Amino acid sequence: MAGKTLYDKLWDDHVVHREDDGSCLIYIDRQLLHEVTSPQAFDGLRMAGRQPWRVSRNLAVADHNVPTDHRDQGIADPVSRLQVETLDKNCAEFAITEFDMSDIRQGIVHVVGPEQGATLPGMTVVCGDSHTSTHGASAALAFGIGTSEVEHALATQCLVQKKAKNMLIKVNGQVGPGVTAKDIVLAIIGKIGTAGGTGYTIEFAGEAIRALSMEGRMTVCNMAIEAGARAGLVAVDDTTIDYYRGRPYAPQGDDWNMAVRYWQRLHSDSDAQFDKIVTLNAAEIKPQVTWGTSPEMVVAVDACVPDPEQEADPVKREGMQRALQYMGLQANQKITDIRVDRVFIGSCTNSRIEDLRQAAAVIEGHHKADSVKQVLIVPGSGLVKQQAEAEGLDKIFIAAGFEWREPGCSMCLAMNADRLEAGEHCASTSNRNFEGRQGYGGRTHLVSPAMAAAAAIAGHFVNVAELNPGASS
Amino acid sequence: MKAFTQLTALVAPLDRANVDTDAIIPKQFLKSIRRAGFGPYLFDEWRYLDRGEPEMDCSNRPLNPDFVLNQPQYQGAQILLTRENFGCGSSREHAPWALEDYGFRAIIAPSFADIFFNNCFKNGVLPIVLSAELVESLFQEISAGYQLSIDLDAQTITTPSGRLIGFNVDENRRHRLLNGLDDIGLTLQQAEKIKAYETERAQRAPWLFKDA
Ligand code: SF4
Repeated sequence: MAGKTLYDKLWDDHVVHREDDGSCLIYIDRQLLHEVTSPQAFDGLRMAGRQPWRVSRNLAVADHNVPTDHRDQGIADPVSRLQVETLDKNCAEFAITEFDMSDIRQGIVHVVGPEQGATLPGMTVVCGDSHTSTHGASAALAFGIGTSEVEHALATQCLVQKKAKNMLIKVNGQVGPGVTAKDIVLAIIGKIGTAGGTGYTIEFAGEAIRALSMEGRMTVCNMAIEAGARAGLVAVDDTTIDYYRGRPYAPQGDDWNMAVRYWQRLHSDSDAQFDKIVTLNAAEIKPQVTWGTSPEMVVAVDACVPDPEQEADPVKREGMQRALQYMGLQANQKITDIRVDRVFIGSCTNSRIEDLRQAAAVIEGHHKADSVKQVLIVPGSGLVKQQAEAEGLDKIFIAAGFEWREPGCSMCLAMNADRLEAGEHCASTSNRNFEGRQGYGGRTHLVSPAMAAAAAIAGHFVNVAELNPGASS
Repeated sequence: MKAFTQLTALVAPLDRANVDTDAIIPKQFLKSIRRAGFGPYLFDEWRYLDRGEPEMDCSNRPLNPDFVLNQPQYQGAQILLTRENFGCGSSREHAPWALEDYGFRAIIAPSFADIFFNNCFKNGVLPIVLSAELVESLFQEISAGYQLSIDLDAQTITTPSGRLIGFNVDENRRHRLLNGLDDIGLTLQQAEKIKAYETERAQRAPWLFKDA
């Protein structure tokens, strides 16, 4: 019999019950909650007179609606405020641990989970948010769910699921200077498309993935969902284990040793069978910039905006034309000629300490271009912010004319006050460049933190690999 | 989800056809963060003389005296008697949420819109289809204090005069509603398996079961 994939192992370890039709009751080790998708789930529990099955397996944090400045003044928008207050109340009523807005540990749910060791290797992790795939970086089976499933997981610690197929994406070799985890995952999405991973759990492997820090692996897994896969995975290695040692929610003492022994088997067997294998050569990946309104509309920074006339598929061609129209770009225009109006460095994709270091390294001693209206730096959590300040990164950002903000989702989805004006181009380290995502009519270009910072200084996209050969992944 | 077995309750007659879900719960209330609490806004535009907004305190709003649910003899009604194609329009699950939150547990009509009909079963509300003639006869009989007894297991309705009316609900839905089984309820039927899994897994991965 063939060996098992990492996904097979994680799945098999969590099956509580298997139905004849193949659907399984899967045990959930950790649920993360935030204010937007949980209120109706809590109401559902109350109406049915139910209690959480294992209250300690839930952890809540408000992130989507929180303001990133003037925290002391609370939330101005009443609808946003009510959502956040509702989370506070629900957590108090059901005795669920919550990092509220005043807690130093507050931040974006997918930054907070690993940072606290609340999401660990080998766990099943769910959250009412599609970017839950982030947590797969530690070989946890992590995926986003809807509100009724949030309630289901609260009430039963289980979900009814059908198993996905196995995909392996191997990134062989080493990336060149200035090329980061973000560029790797954008290149992957550019290659397989936004539906390429639909129906699969993707395991990311190969030398270039192994060489990434945990934070880089989180960036890659975060965007598995943008490739259509609900979950992304990276096998456990020493990098993983070192990352979790000493985290507040990680096991201690004998438990730690036992956990490490268990985690060390969390990799695909050498003879495991995958339903699909995709290979990339890391050395060929250059810093990436999206030019359109889907993450798959991406090219290398030294390339030009593609020409729809060159596209044979009429459906694709029309999609490209629509995207160019929305983005206000011309076919064959050089990417480095695209001017940026605002820059956003943040989101669950790129708001961790290494991302901020990456950005700071590029801008030190420079100032943002006058034509750039605003550069927002939004750390992923209060602890990331604290760390950055301890390293003096905030001073570098402020000296460069950047705004140093409080943690939250911010301009990733513009649910709080941070947003683009119609027609503005934004170099953004977030994960979705959909129409209107960062504000009505806003034009998002997805890039790495280093690329975003470089664009802030130049006022247009530049190839960070040439600008600063020292900055690497 | 609340189980539905037997119900003897006051009936409110809503003598309109094609009542759509926007009438049942107007769109501005969908902004709510809640699934409960829609009851005060049920039939908002018919019930009140002013325009309702989410989170509004309804206790002081001007009531429309002509609307059936505002009439004293129908206070506390749990059964709604209405006309054909009830619940048409948008698929919003807020509609059965609002009906249930108000206190309705059963709706009797000659026909229902499909999505609404399904949504009712997910939320502990029993939609009963009777022929147009039978519905008409019930409308004729209604007077102050008129109550019906519904028995889901036997699939019968008993009128105050003792008349027995049969109805039909498909077996699977009936089973779920009788036992109050939603998806969560069904999973909870496996509670012993979940516990056994936890016990076994706690041996292999004790660090996941030390609840601080
Ligand atoms: S940072 Fe953006 S993508 Fe991530 S959880 Fe927040 S809104 Fe979603």
